[in-house]
Amino acid sequence: MTTSYQLKRADFIFKYENDWEKILSKCISRTPQELINELISSELKGRGGAGFPTGLKWKLAAEVVDATKYVICNADEGEPGTFKDREILSMVPYKVLTGMAVCGYVIGAKEGYIYLRGEYFFLQPELNKAIREFEYYCKGINLDFTIRIFMGSGAYICGEETALFESMEGKRGEPRNKPPFPSSYGYMGKPTVINNVETLAHTYTIFKYGAKRFYDLGVQYSRGSKLFSVSGDTPKPGIYELELGMSLADFVDEFGDGDTKAVQVGGASGFLVPRKRFDETAIGFQGKLTGISLPTGGSMMLFNSSRSMFNVLDNYLEFFREESCGQCTPCRVGCQQLLMGIKAVKRGEKNAKYLDKLLRLTETMKLTAKCGLGQSVANSFSSIVENFREEMIY
Amino acid sequence: MVKKIKISINGIFVEVEDGTTILDAARKAGVIIPTLCFHKDLCIAGNCRVCVVEVAGQKRLAAACATPCEEEMEIFTNSLNVLHSRKQIIELLLSEHNADCTSCFKNGNCELQKLASDYKILKQDFIRLVPFKNYTIDKYSPSIIKDDSKCIRCQRCVRTCAELQGVNALTVAYKGDLMKITTFFEKPMNDVVCSTCGQCINHCPTGALVERNYIEKVWDAISDKTKHVVVQTAPAVRVGLGEELGLGQGVRVTGKMVAALKRLGFDAVMDTDFTADLTIMEEGTELLMRLKAVLVDHDPAVKLPMATSCSPGWIKYIEHLFPDYLDHLSTCKSPQQMFGALAKTYYAKARNLDPETIVSVSIMPCTAKKFEAARPEMHDSGYRDVDYVLTTRELAIMIKQAGIDFMKLDDMHFDRLMGESTGAAVIFGATGGVMEAALRTVYELVTGRDVPFENLNITPVRGMDGVKEASIKIENPLKEWAFLDGVELKCAVAHGLVNAKKVMDSIISGQANYHFIEFMACPGGCLGGGGQPIPTSPEIRLKRAKAIYAEDEGMPLRKSHQNPEIIKIYKDFLGKPLSEKSHHLLHTQYTARKRY
Repeated sequence: MTTSYQLKRADFIFKYENDWEKILSKCISRTPQELINELISSELKGRGGAGFPTGLKWKLAAEVVDATKYVICNADEGEPGTFKDREILSMVPYKVLTGMAVCGYVIGAKEGYIYLRGEYFFLQPELNKAIREFEYYCKGINLDFTIRIFMGSGAYICGEETALFESMEGKRGEPRNKPPFPSSYGYMGKPTVINNVETLAHTYTIFKYGAKRFYDLGVQYSRGSKLFSVSGDTPKPGIYELELGMSLADFVDEFGDGDTKAVQVGGASGFLVPRKRFDETAIGFQGKLTGISLPTGGSMMLFNSSRSMFNVLDNYLEFFREESCGQCTPCRVGCQQLLMGIKAVKRGEKNAKYLDKLLRLTETMKLTAKCGLGQSVANSFSSIVENFREEMIY
Repeated sequence: MVKKIKISINGIFVEVEDGTTILDAARKAGVIIPTLCFHKDLCIAGNCRVCVVEVAGQKRLAAACATPCEEEMEIFTNSLNVLHSRKQIIELLLSEHNADCTSCFKNGNCELQKLASDYKILKQDFIRLVPFKNYTIDKYSPSIIKDDSKCIRCQRCVRTCAELQGVNALTVAYKGDLMKITTFFEKPMNDVVCSTCGQCINHCPTGALVERNYIEKVWDAISDKTKHVVVQTAPAVRVGLGEELGLGQGVRVTGKMVAALKRLGFDAVMDTDFTADLTIMEEGTELLMRLKAVLVDHDPAVKLPMATSCSPGWIKYIEHLFPDYLDHLSTCKSPQQMFGALAKTYYAKARNLDPETIVSVSIMPCTAKKFEAARPEMHDSGYRDVDYVLTTRELAIMIKQAGIDFMKLDDMHFDRLMGESTGAAVIFGATGGVMEAALRTVYELVTGRDVPFENLNITPVRGMDGVKEASIKIENPLKEWAFLDGVELKCAVAHGLVNAKKVMDSIISGQANYHFIEFMACPGGCLGGGGQPIPTSPEIRLKRAKAIYAEDEGMPLRKSHQNPEIIKIYKDFLGKPLSEKSHHLLHTQYTARKRY
C-alpha cells in the first residue's frame, strides 16, 4: 500500500484564525470568476456526503441571471453519528459566515440563511452574536449581504436540500422533483447555492491559503481534509480532521478498540464495511482507488464483536421508517417492509430467502425513490445483509 | 416560438416542445406509461413512482410525469429494470392498501385495481401492512366516506382540495409510516371546513374517498307499496349518466334516463329542471327587488351583488369562509330543495296523496346535495323535503342492478305537473348557465324584449375560464322598471371554489362592483360535479358542456317564464314570485360556520 492511503491528521477547520475580515476583503477585491476558478482547482467536493463539486455548484448559480438569489448553509445535521457541524458553528462560526458571504458575492446573492437543526437551538444566541458582528463588518466594506438563522423542527428529511427549501417556505418538508435543481430553482424558486457547514468552512481555508494547499491534501478524486465524527466502540470518540483517502484499516488501527468487527461509514444512509474488507476500503469519493471507496458525511461508527448486526440494522430501519417524509411509495412502504421483513425472518415467520426479495426491494428503492433518503436506505441494508446474513437469520 | 427537441422513446423518434414531460411525449408517440398520482386537473406530484422509466446514461429511473425531456434523450419505458421496479412498486402499494376489492364501492372503477390487473402480480408476499395500523372509517359526513385503509397517499385529493377548490379541508399529516391524509386536528369530515363538493371523490384513484350511498334505502322505498316514490333528475345527470353505462362522453340520454327510472319502479319521474325554471322566476325577481332597494330606496340592509344559491358546495363554503357575507346570497333554495318542498305540498295536493307517504328522491351530479338535503331547515313541507339523494354514479349502479339494458330503452317523457322545463333550466348544469337563464328572463321582464344576444346564446358567460364577466345595458325598460334605464347590469360567473374565492376577495377589497354573481362549487359547474362519472378531466367536462348547450338549443322553449307548468303553478298554488307561500316553501336562510 502506498503512503497516500495512510491516515494523516490535518488541522485547518478548527485552527484559530482571527483574520476573517482580511480574507473577506481580499476575496471581494477579486473577480467572481477568479474565486470560482480557485474553488474548482482545489477540487473541493460537498462535505455533506453527496460530494458534488463546490466550485461547479457556485458556477452554475452564478451563470443564472436573476436579481434575487440565495445562499443557504445547511446546518440540519441529522445523519446519525454526525456531530461535526455543531462544533464548527460553535467554535469557528466566522469561517462559515465568510464562506457564505464570499459565495453571495460570487453568485450575486444578497441574502444568506443558516438552516439550523431544531435540536441545535442552543447555538442560536452565540451564532446570532457572530452574525451581527459579521454583518456590521460587511456594511463597513460595502458588501450587501445579510444572514438569518432559520430554525428547523427536527425532521431528518429537511436536510435534503429541496425539502429544506419547502420547510423554509413554510410548507411541509417534502423533497421536490428534480430537475429543476437548486442552482436555477431553489428557495422561493430563485437560484440558490446550498452548502454544508463544513464545505463553507473549507472554502475559507482555500481562499486563505490558496487552492494548491488544499489540493495537496488527500488523494486523486478526493482532495483535501475532512472532519470525521468518530463514535461507537472506540476508546477515543470525537471529531477529527483527517486527510481523505486513508484506508479503513489505518483508520481502525487508530480508532478501534482492538476488536472492531465492522465500521459504518457515512451514518445510517452510508455503508457498513466488515473487518475482512478494511484493507481494500479507502475513505473518499468515487473514483477507482483501491478496492472500494466510500464517500461520507463524516460519520464513522465502529462496532466491536459484542454488537449484533441485526440490532444495528433494525435500529437504522426504524429510523428510516420514521424519518421518511412518506410521500413516495418506494420509501414510505419500502422502509416499513424492510423493517418488518427482517423481523419476520428473525422470528422464523419468513424463510431466509425472503432476504433476497428484500435486497431486490432495496434495489428498486435505489432506482425509483424520489430523493436521497429512499435511495440510500439500500446502502446500509444491502451491506449489512450481504455481509452478516447469518446474523439476520439466527 | 417554443424550441423543439428530438427524443426517442423505445426507439421511436418524436419531436416535442422543450419542457414537455416524458409522460406527455410518450403519449404523443403512442406509448402508454401507467400513472397513479398524475391527474390532468392537478399539479405534478411525482410521488407514486409508478410511471418510472429508464433514461439512457442515468443511474436512476426517472418519474415520467415529473421529468422534462431533454435534447436527444433516449427513453425506455419497458426495460427489464423498469418492469421489475414498477411491478415491485405496485406490489408495495398493494401491501399497504386494503385490497378487499369485492366489498369496495369502487370495485370495477379503481385505478390501482386496474394496475394490479394489468401487471398480474400473482405472488404478493410482502407483509400486509393494513392489520398493523389502526385505521378507522370516517362516516360522519352526510356526503363523503373516507377510508384511510384504502388510501395510497397519492395526494390527489389534497391537491384537488387545495388547487381546484382552495378549501384545504384535506391535508397531509405526520411522516414516514404514519403519514396520512387527514383533516384539521383529525376531526371528522362533517366537523371541518369541507364543502362536501366531492371533487376529492372524483379525483381519488381508489376507494379511499367515496360518496355515502343510499342505494339500499331507495330500493327499500321503491318496493314499499305504501310509499309513493317521486324522483327528480338534475340537468347535468342527463349528459353524464351515459358514461357510466357504456355510452361515450358527452352523450345526451334524457329520454333513456326517464325510461330507466320508470322501469326501476319510481312512481313519478319528474324533473329538477322544472324547479330550475322556478328558481329563475324567484331569483330573477329577487334580483330586481334588490336592485330597486339599493338603487331607488337606498336601503342599507339590502346587499349587492347578489350571489346565486343553487350550489350547496358553494353555500357551505361561503358559510365557512365568508360568514359575514351571507346576506349577499339569494334566499332562494336550490332547485333540488324547491322540488322537494313542492313534491310534498303542491304535488301531493294535486295528486291527492298523503305527503306522509311520499318519498322524495333526487338524482344529482353532486355529493353536496346529500348534505343539503340533510340540513335541518329543509323541512318546509312539514316533512323532510328531499329524503334521499343519489349521485349519477349511484343511479347507474341501480340501473345495472335492475338488469336494464340501457341502450335498448326507448325515450320517454317526464311526468306532468313538475316535469316540464325549458332550455334555460337545462343549462343550469354548466358553468354560467344559471346566469344565462336568469338574464334571459330578467331582461325580458324588464324590457319586454329578448336579451340582445344572437339566438339567446349569452356566450360571454359560457366556457371554461375560471372567472367570466359580462354586462348588459338596460335601455328603454318598461314603465314599471324605469329606474333601471341606462343601468349596466354587471355580472360575474365563477366555478371551482378557488375561483369563487378570487371573486369574493375582489368584492371584499371593493375592486369589484358586480350586481349579480353565479357561483358553482365544481369546475365546469354541475356537469363536473363530485357525483358525476369518474374519471373527469378538462376534455370530458368540455364534452358534457357541449351536450348541455345542444340540449338547450333543441328545446322548443328556452326561457324559464315561458314554461307552461311554471305559469300554472303560480296561477294555481304560489300566486306570484316572492309571494308569502313562495317565501315559506322556496326560500331559506344560512348558517355561519367555523373556518377550520
